[in-house]
Amino acid sequence: MSVAAAGGRGETLFLDFFYLLRRAGLPVSSREWLTFVEALAKGLVAADLYRFYALARATLVKDEKHYDLFDQCFTHFFAGAKPPKAFEKALDQWLADPLPVPQLSEEELAALEQYDLDELRRMFEERMAEQNERHDGGSRWIGTGGTSPFGHSGQNPAGVRVGGSGGGRRAVQVAAKRRFREYRSDVVLETRQMSLALRKLRRLGRDGRRTEVDIDQTIDATARNAGDIDVVMAPPRENRLKVLLLMDVGGSMDPFARLVSRLFSAAHQASHFREFHAFYFHNCIYDKVYRDALMLDGMSTLEMMRWLQPETRVIVVGDAHMAPYELTATYGAIDYWQQNEITGLSWLQRVAAHFTHRAWLNPIAKRWWTHPTIDAISDVFPMFELTLEGLDDAVEHLAG
Amino acid sequence: MFANFTGTAEYIASIELQEAVNVALALQRPLLVKGEPGTGKTLLAEAVAQSLDRPLFTWHVKSTSRAQDGLYVYDAVQRLHDSRFEDRDVDDIRQYIRFGGLGRAFINPDPSVVLIDEIDKADLEFPNDLLHELDRMSFTVLETGDVHRAAHRPLVIITSNNEKELPDAFLRRCIFHFIAFPDEELMARIVRVHHPDVRETLVQEAIARFYWLRTLPDLRKRPSTSELIDWIGALVKGGVDPEALADRVPYLGTLIKKEQDLDTLARFEARRRR
Repeated sequence: MSVAAAGGRGETLFLDFFYLLRRAGLPVSSREWLTFVEALAKGLVAADLYRFYALARATLVKDEKHYDLFDQCFTHFFAGAKPPKAFEKALDQWLADPLPVPQLSEEELAALEQYDLDELRRMFEERMAEQNERHDGGSRWIGTGGTSPFGHSGQNPAGVRVGGSGGGRRAVQVAAKRRFREYRSDVVLETRQMSLALRKLRRLGRDGRRTEVDIDQTIDATARNAGDIDVVMAPPRENRLKVLLLMDVGGSMDPFARLVSRLFSAAHQASHFREFHAFYFHNCIYDKVYRDALMLDGMSTLEMMRWLQPETRVIVVGDAHMAPYELTATYGAIDYWQQNEITGLSWLQRVAAHFTHRAWLNPIAKRWWTHPTIDAISDVFPMFELTLEGLDDAVEHLAG
Repeated sequence: MFANFTGTAEYIASIELQEAVNVALALQRPLLVKGEPGTGKTLLAEAVAQSLDRPLFTWHVKSTSRAQDGLYVYDAVQRLHDSRFEDRDVDDIRQYIRFGGLGRAFINPDPSVVLIDEIDKADLEFPNDLLHELDRMSFTVLETGDVHRAAHRPLVIITSNNEKELPDAFLRRCIFHFIAFPDEELMARIVRVHHPDVRETLVQEAIARFYWLRTLPDLRKRPSTSELIDWIGALVKGGVDPEALADRVPYLGTLIKKEQDLDTLARFEARRRR
């Protein structure tokens, strides 16, 4: 394809490319498109496709998390290639945080034993071609914790384990390398991205040490002082938000330990909170919460509520997935030493009644939230998925 | 035709980055540069100014910065203070107007480069407040009524550390480039620029070791380019034998800055030895 020839006619020639990008979900606006066309019209790029690629990317893409998608579209459009088949690394990422294994009956297991290896391989390739996002649970796609024959941590006696490593420069080749895959927002949730989401959690107000000159007040005071200068200081604008993080550890939360620890370090690093407190609990909140994950250093839940003001933002992280009696029965706590006279649900309601802004982050994907205890808890705590999107929504809900 | 930026002797730019700079120059749009800390975002502006032979004006944004500060600041307190004495003419407001980096670039009669460093440090609304001035390339000093219009649109380079998301309206006007972490080949060239006389084997071993460190999972802060360059400097000064690098990491403190990361590394090493 000769790019040089495109010069002035770029508008129509590449319009399909524009719509391909939009269909693929890239937020390219017409203003950006015009910028791109303007650059072409200025006679840039000559015959060098690599420079053309660089020009298109610089004008059309405004966030590195979209680089990967752009690269795939570029390869698809200009090399006629299918979106690249080299999915191994992305797969590793999908599979990094497995869900708990569902318990299958004998009949279900038998039903899954029907495939032989060649058939599996053929189906695997087909699905790789179709699938383009992470998948947990379910019985068809490649993912974790499901009953599909593909993926890991699932139960399928005849399944193919996906994991380990596999094999895989000019413009199209560069684009095809998919170097920016790790910046996609829907695949990984890194500490850094979490801190970014948490940074939106703020409310500015003037409070504390008076370190700034308040000009209006100074002029006013000086005038009253018959022209002799009277400098008035005011405190700078600062974030006033206090944050309480409550984390479920152990048991069914073990598979998510890494994800939760990332959230903890993100929140801990976020130096912009006025106060930040973190406590641990197991399964459900009862009469005590703990300062350490080993649950040795306890504090009574009532004392915690007395100590923290109602406007403290509460973020609970947990799967809310437990046996119903652990939530609704007295003495139902999973740990024998936690002799709770008040049910877990009442404790949660007490905490909810004390704090005005609260959110529950659940690492289980939303489509799995059909469990009775998840339902009951989400009535008390607004529940969000522990993904970048869910975290954004939760932060928006908390900031209000 | 396009003015051409191809990097400088000290600053090695990838083709994508060169292209982004050249497009920003040709279309007279601001260039937004993002990337991991230590990938040379701030140095880029210096390199561009040097290679185009233009003066560079910088404006380091702080968490308290307002968009207005980059244009000018009116020092009312100083004026008020001076009014008590006779030695300065306080009627002349102009002597109390101090221009910021962006303001000085607009006033400068020749083409220039402006660096707006770490725009994400400021308030969320900050970039939007700048839009009008960046579009029109002119501003009015309210206190005097003076209008300053740029004779030549300066090349505006804006860096962001990704601490906050930037508003869409702002992004749409910018040319964007994300400086990816350099691969080993590019890194070797970058190291050569800073340490031209170091033995090839040492550079290779050090880079190999450095990328190995970066692949370790669970590091809170991965070492960056500037830390690698410091580390190689330390290795040279300490007379470290390249062979020894395979076994241990001397002067680890130049690469790893967090205590938890040192613990992670120690645990990893212990497991490897077993």
